[in-house]
Amino acid sequence: MKYADEFRDKTIARGLARVIGAEADSQRKYRFMEFCGGHTHAISRYGLEDMLPANVRMIHGPGCPVCVLPASRIDMAIRLAEQPEVTLCVYGDLMRVPGSQGKSLLSAKAFGADIRMVYSTLDAIRIAEQAPNREVVFFAIGFETTTPPTAVMIRLAEKKWLKSFSVFCNHVLTPSAMHSILESPDIRNIGRVEIDGFVGPAHVSTIIGTEPYEVLAEQFGKPIVIAGFEPLDMMQAILMLVRQVNEGRHEVENQYSRAVTRKGNRRAQEEVSDIFELRDQFEWRGLGLVPHSGLKLKQAYAQFDAEMRFTMHEVRVADNPACECGAILRGVKRPVDCKLFGTVCTPEIPIGSCMVSSEGACAAQWTYGRFRDYRLRRA
Amino acid sequence: MRAYQRKLDIKNGRVDLSHGAGGRAMAQLISGLFHEAFGNEWLARGNDQAAFDVGAGRMVMTTDGYVISPLFFPGGNIGSLAVHGTINDVAMGGARPLYLSASFIIEEGFRFSDLKTIADSMGEAARAAGVYIITGDTKVVERGKADGLFISTTGVGVLADGLDLSAEKARVGDRVLVSGSLGDHGTAIMSRRQNLAFETEIVSDSAALHDLVALMVAAGGSSIRVMRDPTRGGLAAMLNEIAHQSGLGFHLQEEAIPVKPAVAAACELLGLDPLHVANEGKLVAIVAPDMADAVLAAMKAHPLGCDAADIGEAVADNHQFVQMSTSFGGGRIVDWLSGEQLPRIC
Repeated sequence: MKYADEFRDKTIARGLARVIGAEADSQRKYRFMEFCGGHTHAISRYGLEDMLPANVRMIHGPGCPVCVLPASRIDMAIRLAEQPEVTLCVYGDLMRVPGSQGKSLLSAKAFGADIRMVYSTLDAIRIAEQAPNREVVFFAIGFETTTPPTAVMIRLAEKKWLKSFSVFCNHVLTPSAMHSILESPDIRNIGRVEIDGFVGPAHVSTIIGTEPYEVLAEQFGKPIVIAGFEPLDMMQAILMLVRQVNEGRHEVENQYSRAVTRKGNRRAQEEVSDIFELRDQFEWRGLGLVPHSGLKLKQAYAQFDAEMRFTMHEVRVADNPACECGAILRGVKRPVDCKLFGTVCTPEIPIGSCMVSSEGACAAQWTYGRFRDYRLRRA
Repeated sequence: MRAYQRKLDIKNGRVDLSHGAGGRAMAQLISGLFHEAFGNEWLARGNDQAAFDVGAGRMVMTTDGYVISPLFFPGGNIGSLAVHGTINDVAMGGARPLYLSASFIIEEGFRFSDLKTIADSMGEAARAAGVYIITGDTKVVERGKADGLFISTTGVGVLADGLDLSAEKARVGDRVLVSGSLGDHGTAIMSRRQNLAFETEIVSDSAALHDLVALMVAAGGSSIRVMRDPTRGGLAAMLNEIAHQSGLGFHLQEEAIPVKPAVAAACELLGLDPLHVANEGKLVAIVAPDMADAVLAAMKAHPLGCDAADIGEAVADNHQFVQMSTSFGGGRIVDWLSGEQLPRIC
């Protein structure tokens, strides 16, 4: 496949692996977190871990929008969809995400809720146009990458005079979550951060640019390398991180220069800031309440805000106490350290956030890499 | 005196509830449309059952339901798919398929013209494969109670004495052979889904595999331990199934697995893994290592097996993992699909 295979070349990968092996100091450990689910998926899908030296370990971060959505927001969506006049449009991978009491959108649909799987924001607009008598709600989720399409969708709905269309907004922000991982009360309790650097987001950074990470690198003294989602991008980014650590640097570097600039996509940023504003705090599954990490619609667009339109209430639900997602997302524990992993918590019946989508740390480990756990246990 | 009956208006007419009610309209639909398409001596006798002879050997029977959406896709339709799929399930046992039954659940309002196209392609697929659709059933349900048309089929065949293919016969060291490129059918269907439609030259691989199987059995005999056609859940589900049933693991080489560039690209776009995508004209055989090359050569000699490949081997593994060396140079598990990747693909 042209323009993709070039970034998956085995020979170049071997060469990079050799250089990483040669430059990584055998006397120390390198623990790098890849923030994005896309990176987690690439690592697992291509078996990247097998090509890294034993003292370079990847920690899978919380950058999977489906995984971090808390049960309370799923509950809200289910309650909304159960209202007879509502048609809820969602992305397919949200359907199985567990709310509280084991309910999901998939089970709500089986009980008669009008829930439609869509592939794009435009599908939802089309459904709203075709059913002017229904209250059509789009379940918006995702990081900075998916926020601009939601903004465009709201503009379009306004232009088309769609009176019974609204958005249940769950958009979240990457830098705030990275901040939370490095400086949360949990971390203070644990007393140390087990992360030596970050592989920074690919698609998110095409929108926000590399600049927003600079303050993080500076404040916490951690190197950040923005990387593309192809496996060779990852290998190169890991090498760049190893070099920064070896040289005692903590800078923001851009491996993904073919798509990312320092300032990002201004046009998209403007669209987003016209329509959305910061929430004081937003709950992340596995991380808890993270200040200034979520977006909501501005007052001027209240008619498109499902939370206002249907006076939706959020009731916080505690995560399963045995679930180690919080510690796993911070690199303190591995999936295999969690009692629930692979026993009661599997991709078919996920308990914690990391098991929900194939991009989650636990699901990726279970689906693609669990043979390594047995190797570990045998050893 | 025979009562006058208006001819079926195939071009503009539609199925209504009377076509399932047991009266004249139903009789007319069956004789005018289905008998016409399937035409054989058993159907012509018009009994509620068909009596047939079978030769020596053990009988093989299978049953299958088809609820595909859309009904028409590049490379076939629900009718040809039902015939091919059922023939293949019989053939995977190493058997020679002989007879089929077909049961139709039709939604009120379904176009006669579409029904005729589908029935004709069933008849054509059956004739091409040398099998007969010898009995059937027709039901009509109210609008909204079924999505156009559902077809259920049963297939009967005979298995030569001495052949007994089954998953538990797989042994460590056995080779894994696949008859051609993976993921064509599922991708072709996806390309025609209303909310997804994309331009592609990908065509479903829907085909009857019994001739290919006959060549393989002639070449390999009982050194072919087990055969399956990787339909729903793709190669991944099929090999995990065999791993569980045989208590073995498998080790695959990603580079050896044939996937067409257009399929790989579509899967990339849709976030799918070709190893999870359905096939309708491919088979996987687990073959004793000493006979693997001979069976592979036999496969390559048949047009439906010209891209056949040896993609890996059975290994001892208490965890029954299907593992794969990736073309990038690492290792991974090839797991069952969790959840539903592509609803209603067959």
